[in-house]
Amino acid sequence: MAKTIKFRLDGTAVEALEGETVLEAAERAGLRIPHYCWHKALGNPGNCRMCVVEVEGAPKPQAACRLPAKEGLVVRSASPASRRAQSAALELHLVDHPLDCPVCDQAGECGLQDYYMDIGRYPSAMREDKAHAAKRVPVGPHIMLDQERCILCTRCARFVSQVSKSHELGIFGRGHNEAVALVPGRVLDNPYSGCLADVCPVGALTDRDFRFQVRVWYLDGADSVCPGCSRGCGIRVHTSTRRPWHNKGRRLARLKPRFTEVNGHWICDEGRYGYADFDTDRLGKVMRLKDPSAELGWDVVCDEVAVAIRQGMLKDPAGLAVVASGGLSNEDWRAFRSLFVDALKLERFLFAPEPDQVGEQDELLRRRDKVPNLEGGKAAGFGTQIKSLDWDGLAGEIESGKVWGLYVVDRDPVKVWGERGRALAEGLSLLVCQGPRKGLTGGLAHYRLPATDWLEEAGSFTNFQGQVQTYLPALKPLGAARPDWDIFSALEKAVNG
Amino acid sequence: MTKLLTAHFDEPMLHELETFRRLGGYEGLKKALALGREKVVEEVKRSNLRGLGGAGFPAGMKWSTVPSQAQDPGPRYVVVNCDESEPGCFKDRVLVTRAPHALIEGLLVAMYAVDSEQGFIFIRGEYGVQHRILQKALSEARAAGLIPAPSSIDLMRGGGAYISGLDTALLETMEGKKAWPRQPPPFPTAKGLLGRPTVVNNVETLCMVPHIVLKGGDWFAKLGTAKSGGTFLFSISGHVERPGVYEFPMGTPLKEILAAAGGVKGGRKLKAVIPGGVSTPVLTADELDTPMDFEGPRAKGTFLGAGGVIVLDETADMVMVAHNIERFLAHESCGQCTPCRQGSYWHERILERGLSGGGTAEDLATLERAGENITGKVICALGDTVGVVTRALMKKFPEDFKARFPERRG
Repeated sequence: MAKTIKFRLDGTAVEALEGETVLEAAERAGLRIPHYCWHKALGNPGNCRMCVVEVEGAPKPQAACRLPAKEGLVVRSASPASRRAQSAALELHLVDHPLDCPVCDQAGECGLQDYYMDIGRYPSAMREDKAHAAKRVPVGPHIMLDQERCILCTRCARFVSQVSKSHELGIFGRGHNEAVALVPGRVLDNPYSGCLADVCPVGALTDRDFRFQVRVWYLDGADSVCPGCSRGCGIRVHTSTRRPWHNKGRRLARLKPRFTEVNGHWICDEGRYGYADFDTDRLGKVMRLKDPSAELGWDVVCDEVAVAIRQGMLKDPAGLAVVASGGLSNEDWRAFRSLFVDALKLERFLFAPEPDQVGEQDELLRRRDKVPNLEGGKAAGFGTQIKSLDWDGLAGEIESGKVWGLYVVDRDPVKVWGERGRALAEGLSLLVCQGPRKGLTGGLAHYRLPATDWLEEAGSFTNFQGQVQTYLPALKPLGAARPDWDIFSALEKAVNG
Repeated sequence: MTKLLTAHFDEPMLHELETFRRLGGYEGLKKALALGREKVVEEVKRSNLRGLGGAGFPAGMKWSTVPSQAQDPGPRYVVVNCDESEPGCFKDRVLVTRAPHALIEGLLVAMYAVDSEQGFIFIRGEYGVQHRILQKALSEARAAGLIPAPSSIDLMRGGGAYISGLDTALLETMEGKKAWPRQPPPFPTAKGLLGRPTVVNNVETLCMVPHIVLKGGDWFAKLGTAKSGGTFLFSISGHVERPGVYEFPMGTPLKEILAAAGGVKGGRKLKAVIPGGVSTPVLTADELDTPMDFEGPRAKGTFLGAGGVIVLDETADMVMVAHNIERFLAHESCGQCTPCRQGSYWHERILERGLSGGGTAEDLATLERAGENITGKVICALGDTVGVVTRALMKKFPEDFKARFPERRG
């Protein structure tokens, strides 16, 4: 147990850990002192001078981010003198700021705007021409740089040197000619470049993907977990549903990192930008597609699928195979096991990753398995007691007639099998496709059951470290879609009949 | 009058080892090695030798804060700050040009005193001739066995930034980074160059050290005033008859110093004196009795600085002076902290507008307020200067400013 240090901040007793600064201890206690350059994960260069506070006994104001917490220290961050000093620092930040808020994408979540309303509200004394610098510089595939809006807090330069260790950005020049810019010959294309839009407290680094899509005050948000790999980074999902004509009609506007022990402050670009097509190819209707094809209700479809499964199993109880995904939540896995293992006693399962579900891994966050919940499947026995078929093996068994039926959950085997996929699907006497998207398999299925995607349901994933994390719904389900576990339960009821 | 550093400046070949030795050079080093480390530090402490690069920090105190090898084993460094860039100061240039061995001797004593094997001389990039002079002097000293292995003195040349003259910015530069001042603590004597204990001393400070060792700290202290020992080099420039470097005991009144330089040029009336280089607030013609040590100018709201006395006669327009200084500071601001980076350039532009006929009385209020908002809220002394210099000029010469920034209607 580290020693704690007690000091007073604006009349409140604050406990600091040994080695902490006044600003760190205040932030941990939920007390806010204005700041730009300090970032919990990027250090305290002390260059923005926004956190100046009065300290009893000190001749001049101190930067709280550089001030070690000492026993008995009396700090005033909200006194008139401190506020004047902070407001003065803000005024100097804004001297050459272009004030182009109406066309700036950061508006609504900008540190300059926020502090101006909190501690500024002074009449402008700036009568000179504003200094100009480069605007709209596409520094990388995801990030746009505006040097005029930059306050040179150096967070971005510290991110690329300390976190991504890719060193694409630097602070060039001196004095008022100083600017953040790309290191000559480099492009800001590290796998975490999107985080720069997050660390930038102003509109200098913005997200090219999100720019001009939605004003941030029209966004709604929910806490979720990224399903992009087995790390399970905490994310905040921002959705745009109030003004459907914004964001090119897409409901999902952007993903932002949410601080958790698992991912710290960051998420990777694969996760952040991997869901642009969230609303494409979606299923919303319960469909029977063999003659006569018709839209069905859930009760009817569960009965029909249950009958088809039972009839097939009378002839060959081992001939029904299930293809499932590591994208199922823990709740889905439990209902899945209950239906297919406990009730139907099936033997053929495939949950091996699709070829494109294996990718790059690094030391920071990214994991090789690009599905979120293989661990949850293992906990339900899949991959441990119950072995997985491989894709070629399953195809062979369909061709040889050993498998007559296939129940596909949130996968696209026809796509994986490529050229022979269509023939394989057509050779089956029962093909059920359950999932949020149609894919190639959905077009050939006998029954299509629309399921919610992760953003439309609550649930939990178990990451590769065994950490269970819950996610909350950010969007409404489309049409008749239901969570996978709900469909499995309904089907189990019908099967038990 | 006692002269220490400039005593033999009339010798034409003083820069050569042979002449320097003939005139008593390197005797201080010999005596220091005989005295022992503790005694040397003790004598320097007693001497009231202050940091003559402008900060005035007691030199002996700085040396004694270096942790011993037992407390912090490993290398430690002594760095000579020869990045003399303050407009109005040119004493280090003259010292290095005329008597490079005096610096090398002082540095060797300092290295011995703090138990360092590695000394560095960081010289301003623009001092090309002086760089060559030091190179030659160092090879002479090495050949004469004055820098015995494993001790070593290396010469480094700056890249041309004013801010590198600040000790922590200088260390950053030496490490190959941007010259952005560090924010102590830790101070360089605890964690300096490459994270090791480092003493950074000005050229003049180190040149004084052999004299202290030879003649004793008490003798040196008595030359000056109560808290500032010894003599001091004043670089006198501006509207005077004989600009140049003059050595006077600490505490000599400004009047005497100006008289030595031949008084105001062309017999014109004196208007103001900038006492210690452009970053020190101005003194008026009525303040010439100020004793020039570290305490005297302080009582008048200004600083001895590095002794860059700039004399301004009645023809000087103080708005132009302010603009000149602020333009320099804006150009040299390192850009690390916002108040200095933005504030200096803002000052420059307001003053520029005043000079081009567009000033109003409100601008004076803005300058006053902005200056106040910068001083004391920045990382280093350059930023403090931005706010202080113009305000001092405005306070002492309000007519000049009112003429350029008149009340206007509409």
